[in-house]
Amino acid sequence: MQINKTILAKKYWKKNIRYLIILLSIWALVSFGAGIVFKETLDQIYLYGFPLGFWFAQQGSIYVFVILIFIYVRLMNRLDDSVKKELK
Amino acid sequence: MSVQIWTYIIVGLTFGLYIYIAIRSKAASTKEFYVAGGGVSPLANGMATAADWMSAASFISMAGIIAFAGYDGSVYLMGWTGGYVLLALLLAPYLRKFGKFTVPDFIGDRYYSQNARMVAVVCALIVSFTYVAGQMRGVGIVFSRFLEVDINTGVYIGMAIVLFYAVLGGMKGITYTQVAQYCVLIFAFMVPAIFISIQMTGNPIPQLGMGGEINDGSGQFLLEKLNGLSKELGFTEYTKGNKSVIDVFCITLALMVGTAGLPHVIVRFFTVKKMRDARKSVGLALLFIALLYATAPAVAVFAKTNLIETVSNQPYSSMPSWFKNWEDTGLIEFIDKNGDDKIQYLADDSKNELKIDNDIMVLANPEIANLPAWVIALVAAGGLAAALSTAAGLLLVISTSVSNDLVKKVINPNISEKSELWTARISASIAVVIAGYFGINPPGFVAAVVALAFGLAAASLFPAIVLGIFSKRINSIGAVSGMIVGILFMIFYMMKFKLGWLGAIPSSDEWWFGVSPEGFGAIAMILNFLVSISVSLLTNPPPKQIQEMVENIRVPEEFN
Repeated sequence: MQINKTILAKKYWKKNIRYLIILLSIWALVSFGAGIVFKETLDQIYLYGFPLGFWFAQQGSIYVFVILIFIYVRLMNRLDDSVKKELK
Repeated sequence: MSVQIWTYIIVGLTFGLYIYIAIRSKAASTKEFYVAGGGVSPLANGMATAADWMSAASFISMAGIIAFAGYDGSVYLMGWTGGYVLLALLLAPYLRKFGKFTVPDFIGDRYYSQNARMVAVVCALIVSFTYVAGQMRGVGIVFSRFLEVDINTGVYIGMAIVLFYAVLGGMKGITYTQVAQYCVLIFAFMVPAIFISIQMTGNPIPQLGMGGEINDGSGQFLLEKLNGLSKELGFTEYTKGNKSVIDVFCITLALMVGTAGLPHVIVRFFTVKKMRDARKSVGLALLFIALLYATAPAVAVFAKTNLIETVSNQPYSSMPSWFKNWEDTGLIEFIDKNGDDKIQYLADDSKNELKIDNDIMVLANPEIANLPAWVIALVAAGGLAAALSTAAGLLLVISTSVSNDLVKKVINPNISEKSELWTARISASIAVVIAGYFGINPPGFVAAVVALAFGLAAASLFPAIVLGIFSKRINSIGAVSGMIVGILFMIFYMMKFKLGWLGAIPSSDEWWFGVSPEGFGAIAMILNFLVSISVSLLTNPPPKQIQEMVENIRVPEEFN
């Protein structure tokens, strides 16, 4: 039982790290990428009246941040629930 | 009814509400005082965090700062929201699982050392005090502007109210007052923004209006028009910036990491029940914050366009009444340099005749847009709610640091529950008095330092916490040397390039890697990480039970 738990905890943590890497890459991509480093290039494209890079810096990145957290909440709740079942 | 009467009514009502809530939620134990008993719902905690986070500066100054900085203002928008992603993913759930009261608690236990605890306490106090000193001044300014009292009287009123509900109710009291304060402040921010968006673009959603066509039949996009106007007057185009890419990058990173490392923000996630509640609660907090932060840049664009169109090259005598009202407060200054009786608003300092304070963009907006008196009064109540909630949150962290981290954990571990609660109350009172003192006698460096509190938090606390969770190899000596190196480098850079305490302030050409003092927190943070990791690898790994503790905080409650 105890060993089972340790293995499960390891698996849980590994999966969590994978989620973190993916989500944090998106986090960096929209803010530091689209909003800062590639801003000049993206500004050539227009989204309605917004230059795209500027939009990412002042609007888009904020929306993506909120969505990212809720995706993480969803993923982790699901992971927690599956672990809970296995522990029983 | 006049604006003045409306202001007294609305501000009076909201204050009555805060005090009523504070009396209803008096803290009876240290657990209630420190973390509101640990049973706050994610929704309530999300709102409280949002109010705690959004200070008078966010509410009143941010839109104005963005209006004048254009694209460069993005550092605040991304920096102060992106940090919550780090909080939700890297810190909050694990710290909740750890289950004690403060950041120094975690660092002291994880690094099994009183030295580590003391270094963390000192870092937390430096960060919180630099931050709160600015807030008290903000409280005073808001009171003085809206209630037409002297700034010092404003600080005294603010001190009395914060003292009342923070000292009495502790975390429990401030949590539920902050929920009410969030509702007041977000309503007060959104109402004028929506009205103005409709007036300027016909779109009731400011975030869309900002990118929409202007409402004058020309079919021109609002941002295009503002870019054109800015260029005409000699400013940089609104959607372009003046700062270098590396500096924008570093400032944004320092603000993000600093936000995630601020003790008064982190501690809010100790108040929920479980790990999963902590994650959800950060998400809700950011949602509530994003509502204001995504609206602020829209308000900035509306207000700036409106302002330029109203004043630029117009005769002074034809200015609307709000112009003269705000001239009386000194927030707008007009000097007719060329004597033509027209207002020249230009980038060129020698010809520019108009000085405009950042704050005017939010404060005067309702008047500029001709909104009814009750809306103007609402903005007053919103500004006060923002200032008070942040000040109370900070004071609580300071008092907890003293009574829990210093007295209980270091000076007198045998202290009874009752005396500890009293120690917490007394240290909260002393902190209010010190903060009030700084509010009344602001040292010249406060304004400069508040922005740097983020750099300090990024350079000291953030790496120690993250490494403590994500690495079992980081040991006491590594973390302590990392924190000390990080915060010392940050303080040194501040003194040299911002405060000028080490001789004359060098020009921006001499900035290391081209990074401004505001962005240096990012560099100091990397240094902290490097030092912590390399020192740890050269010394012995932490003891077995610490490694087990780390394993334990990584997994949900079901494992125990």
